[in-house]
Amino acid sequence: MVLIRDGAIATDEWVRAAEGKALPAGAPTIVPFARWLSDSSTLRGHSAPLGLYMTGADDPEAIAADVGRFALIAIEFPVFTDGRGYSTARILRERLGFQGELRAVGNVLRDQFLFLHRCGFDAFEVAETDAAAWHAALAEFRVWYQPTGDSRAPALVLRHRAQAAE
Amino acid sequence: MYRYDEFDHALVAGRVDQFRGQVARRLAGELTEDEFRPLRLMNGLYLQLHAYMLRVAVPYGVLSSAQLRKLAHIARRYDKGYGHFTTRQNIQFNWPRLEETPDILDELAEVEMHAIQTSGNCIRNVTADQYAGVAAEEIEDPRVYAEIVRQWSTLHPEFSFLPRKFKIAFNGAAHDRAALRLHDIGLRLRRQGGQCGFEVMVGGGQGRTPMIAEIIRAFLPRRDLLAYLEAIMRVYNRFGRRDNKYKARIKILVHDLGAKAFAAKVEAEFETLRGGALDLPGAEVERIRRHFRPPPYDEIDDPVAWYDLKRREDKDFGDWARTNVGAHKRPGYAIANISLKPIGGVPGDATADQMDAVADLADRYSFGEIRITHEQNLVLPHVRKTDLFEFWQRLGAQDLATPNLGLVTDIIACPGLDYCGLATARSIPVAQAISTRFAALSRQHDIGELRLKISGCINACGHHHVGHIGILGLDKRGEEYYQITLGGRADADAALGKIIGPSFSATGVVDAVETIVETYLSIRRGGEEPFIATVVRTGLTPFKEALYGAH
Repeated sequence: MVLIRDGAIATDEWVRAAEGKALPAGAPTIVPFARWLSDSSTLRGHSAPLGLYMTGADDPEAIAADVGRFALIAIEFPVFTDGRGYSTARILRERLGFQGELRAVGNVLRDQFLFLHRCGFDAFEVAETDAAAWHAALAEFRVWYQPTGDSRAPALVLRHRAQAAE
Repeated sequence: MYRYDEFDHALVAGRVDQFRGQVARRLAGELTEDEFRPLRLMNGLYLQLHAYMLRVAVPYGVLSSAQLRKLAHIARRYDKGYGHFTTRQNIQFNWPRLEETPDILDELAEVEMHAIQTSGNCIRNVTADQYAGVAAEEIEDPRVYAEIVRQWSTLHPEFSFLPRKFKIAFNGAAHDRAALRLHDIGLRLRRQGGQCGFEVMVGGGQGRTPMIAEIIRAFLPRRDLLAYLEAIMRVYNRFGRRDNKYKARIKILVHDLGAKAFAAKVEAEFETLRGGALDLPGAEVERIRRHFRPPPYDEIDDPVAWYDLKRREDKDFGDWARTNVGAHKRPGYAIANISLKPIGGVPGDATADQMDAVADLADRYSFGEIRITHEQNLVLPHVRKTDLFEFWQRLGAQDLATPNLGLVTDIIACPGLDYCGLATARSIPVAQAISTRFAALSRQHDIGELRLKISGCINACGHHHVGHIGILGLDKRGEEYYQITLGGRADADAALGKIIGPSFSATGVVDAVETIVETYLSIRRGGEEPFIATVVRTGLTPFKEALYGAH
């Protein structure tokens, strides 16, 4: 697997928490959603950045008060046709104000990069072949009809801006 | 009509290039069929029994003559000289070659058309009343909002991998011609205190678990349209079932939660979205509305004596005008329906020559505009009554003047086992046989309005659940059998048909339909009670007795 972060291949400094064991001291560690819910008081004391691992079934509202504690949230796509993670991402970014790294993991393919990026993902765990196609995939469209939390201005805004300038 | 600006053109061009790349990767073996399937499906490309099938979007059923000519050209150049108009106001080509589909999409882009989201688990082509903007009893033109939703739903990054496909329909007239209550979301335009808005229905659908949509909001102000739709979609995307394809439509979620609880979830989500970036400004509505300004109509006195005289003088013309002409909101104009249901023909098919001919007629008589109906017919929406006689004569020369709109031979049928990989039985030959059996026009007129709909499998693409007479084709140990339902309807009083009894063979089903119709004729009240009203009044018993009583 290759990690793409902010459009470039990056080293993954994160480790996954081992089940039933204490977090490795000093290492940025990703903990499963259920473990956070049941044991957040212990995990808060971790001596390095904390990450959270969510599936499409996990409710982002349940961590509304805690999003600021996470430097990373990874959202799993068990198959790329399971689109729940797109909604999870937008809720985290746009409603709960999550500012850290939002990472798509699992069955993440180049034909989904653009939509994922529009929903707020900025990191992607992918196969090597897909890493090469990253920039091409993100450049496939330059017009957007919908506002999301990203910086791309939708057509509606651009049209009325152009009209106002006339 | 809506015309593309630079943004729309750029988006469609981007999509064609993207798909060209995906096809190239598939042909080069870089994508497996499993990986390619969802990509091609989002561009309307299916793999059917004998070949690929390309479904082209006709947003809310509105076409220009230039677009129809392009479809004729595609039928000739890339297909076998015909196309098939569908129950979702789209057109399908049944024989394209995979490697040529990017070229077809290029050609479509030239006339501001595409095949985006005509398939796949995403928001499909938005449909609307085919008489939008012209119906005499219209409250508000739904095309404006259908176009706004078309844009919002196109390549929506959050909702392109839904649990299942998703269909949205608009209607803005007193009569529901868009089958709102059979859609995932139905939006009925209404006015309240001088304000324009929508009644919102959710969770209708056909398929193997047919359901009538529930009203979850009596009035949604128009500026909240997109925020509310996004709320519905998000609730569905997060909570709709993904473990079983047959329970994945939103109707199952609405049913399992209950409409009230579902509505509460939507309202909670909506509260976080309303008034934000999705707020629909009045200026945008007006900008879109300018695209749908009425054409430059003439001032014409109505009634039009010449038209009324011709109707009386020429019986054939009178017959056609009686069923195929609708009331226009503008004096001196009429809505002309072109039946694609010739006696014994394939419902919804049109040849390339017929498409060209209709495009020419539209230029000459209807400001270059054509509509497609979910009943698989065509409409020229603005024909002067003084022109109707000449127009009808020209239609006749193309075998397009079948005077049967809304009658028993105006059959909806899915492609069935003649084309479709999902079908369990053929639909088209049954439609043809019934049409031929009821060919006599005087008999059809005597029977009056009768909506007969045929599906070749449980997925119900032929809308059999909502046919006054519905026919469902099944496979029983390698033989085709047909189950009949009675009493379904897709209008504002939408209802699902009830199964009348044991199914019939392919030949038996035609006799059974005739028995049902003869029974109706013998029990209707006053010689005029419509078929559907009679079934509602009597229930199934008299029909059951007539069909099965002897056994």
